[in-house]
Amino acid sequence: MWMSDLPAFVPFFIAALLALITRGRVRNLIVLATPVLGGLHLWLDVTPGIVAVVPIMEYELILMRADRLSLLFGYLFHITAFFAAIFALHVRDTTQTVSGLLYTGSTLGAVFAGDLITLFIFWELMAISSVFLIWARQSERAIRSGMRYLIIQVTSGVLLFAGAMVQYYHTGSLAFEFIGLEGISGWLIFLAFGIKCAFPLLHNWLTDAYPEATPTGAVFLSAFTTKVAVYALARGFPGTELLIYIGAVMTCFPIFYAVIENDLRRVLAYSLINQLGFMVCGIGIGTALALNGTVAHAFSHVIYKALLFMSMGAVLYRAGTIKSSDLGGLYKSMPKTALLCIIGALSISAFPLFSGFVSKSMIMAAMIEEGYDYLWLVLLFASAGVFHHAGIKVPYFAFFARDSGIRTKEAPLNMLIGMSIAAVLCIFIGTQPHYLYALLPWEVEYWPYDTTHVLTQLQLLIFAALAFVWLNKLGIYPREIPAVNLDSDWLYRKFLPDTARSAYSFMKKTGNRAEDAFDSTLQDAAKSMIRTRLGRFNLAASWPTGSMVFWIAVILGIFLLADATHSIRP
Amino acid sequence: MNGTEPKPRQHLFDNPRNVSLVIRGLYGVCILLFLLDFILHRHVAREWEGITGFYALFGFIACVTIVLTAGQLRKIVKRKEDYYDVDE
Repeated sequence: MWMSDLPAFVPFFIAALLALITRGRVRNLIVLATPVLGGLHLWLDVTPGIVAVVPIMEYELILMRADRLSLLFGYLFHITAFFAAIFALHVRDTTQTVSGLLYTGSTLGAVFAGDLITLFIFWELMAISSVFLIWARQSERAIRSGMRYLIIQVTSGVLLFAGAMVQYYHTGSLAFEFIGLEGISGWLIFLAFGIKCAFPLLHNWLTDAYPEATPTGAVFLSAFTTKVAVYALARGFPGTELLIYIGAVMTCFPIFYAVIENDLRRVLAYSLINQLGFMVCGIGIGTALALNGTVAHAFSHVIYKALLFMSMGAVLYRAGTIKSSDLGGLYKSMPKTALLCIIGALSISAFPLFSGFVSKSMIMAAMIEEGYDYLWLVLLFASAGVFHHAGIKVPYFAFFARDSGIRTKEAPLNMLIGMSIAAVLCIFIGTQPHYLYALLPWEVEYWPYDTTHVLTQLQLLIFAALAFVWLNKLGIYPREIPAVNLDSDWLYRKFLPDTARSAYSFMKKTGNRAEDAFDSTLQDAAKSMIRTRLGRFNLAASWPTGSMVFWIAVILGIFLLADATHSIRP
Repeated sequence: MNGTEPKPRQHLFDNPRNVSLVIRGLYGVCILLFLLDFILHRHVAREWEGITGFYALFGFIACVTIVLTAGQLRKIVKRKEDYYDVDE
């Protein structure tokens, strides 16, 4: 169709330019056609091994490096861009349309980057293009939150650049291959990836910003940034044992927050970190099965997570709120959205026949194969937990629970179509996993459907549901109440600003006091000077500019004379 | 939101019988899945995994633990909704 080494981001950047100057149907056509044509190009023309290099001055940017790993993420992002675009088709906001396209393009640029400089460029472009999807909400909160998001994302890029420079200094190479935690460059790049991958304590940009984005913007955000980080970690740090422990923490701590969180899109943001944890564990294990599991899980995760974000976006769009304390009973007005949300919920919970089941189990299997028994139990705990908060809590409190009295319309047709495509994909991957398995980068025999696996997973999940029902009946389940829960962002949103503010006011007060003391000393000195005999002379009373000029003239005259007499001497 | 519905329509879960039907169905499935542990042979990677009802108990206890712990966590981290809006 096209030249096979056309970098995948190019169509999206061109489309973004075209979207700037078009409106209405023409623009809709561009937005929809770009992921279709780009995806077909990737599927039909691009084969593993293709490399596109662009020389800039004395450096060669590797804009396209296609192998099975990057290609799979490439397919995934095209599919997501397609159904997310349909979901957002009703939006008449040039900012969002253009930034959505630029963001998708930058994501593809990062995934196909063959060297660290190219990666850095797209890494930063992702940050800059995506922040407009948050700012487009135009609320005070969104603008502040977007600014924090941008600062953290750009910092990640700066760390990546610093790491790349150190690596170049030591090895003379900027190739983006296995990096490992060797030396300072490895750690800097690890940290850069870790920020975007929402490592514990570095995660708060995600739960802070995603829920503030527009209903459609959050769908793009949930899909791209963190999965590029997963891809980058899978390429740069496979088999790094530290990642297993980081991943295990990531699977667990967000669950507790998700249970008490009131904003349902923030619940999804926490569960996103939980799911990333599984992938990070897989990368840490580093065996072929584990890495395949990570990639497969990223694939199914992007789709079901986007589906969940879409359904909650539709609720926000129609009901005007996404707080679970205000919602409930929406199945009466939005039954189709409710059904689609439940499909997403079943997929993220890894119910048999849904996509999460066929991918997460690979990571679990690899983990116990490698002898990490305790961590395997942690992941099993997290599996029950994800069903609890994302599988039950989100659909239950939005669509069922008590009737909030909100009566609204079903989601618009384009939203329903976007969600339906994602839902069909969830079931397709879950029931026909061999199509996905055939695309995985490494050759491994694996089949998820056997009696043991199906039975144990069903037991785990159904008894988790029983616990939910039981706790609800006893009234122990935490009530849905409007509140903010402190997380690590407290450090930079409250502690540091407050400390800085009090330090500033302390210094200001001290400064004022010192100034007052100095002034009064000076005045006292002046007063006592006037009281002396010298005070009778005019010069001591005040120092007008004229007298100053006079005395400067006198001094200069003396210097001149001295100089003249000096030069006359032999 | 349009408040022009002539008569409040009876929806699926407005009838408490349907709700209890769902809950009873869940109990039934739970019992069935637990009993299947005795009938079906599971292959296990570790010995403790083979304990009868291991997964069922694990799922139940995990969720109760999560909810109780989260309740305690809320006592520590919960603030008013406008906590960050003041002086931010």
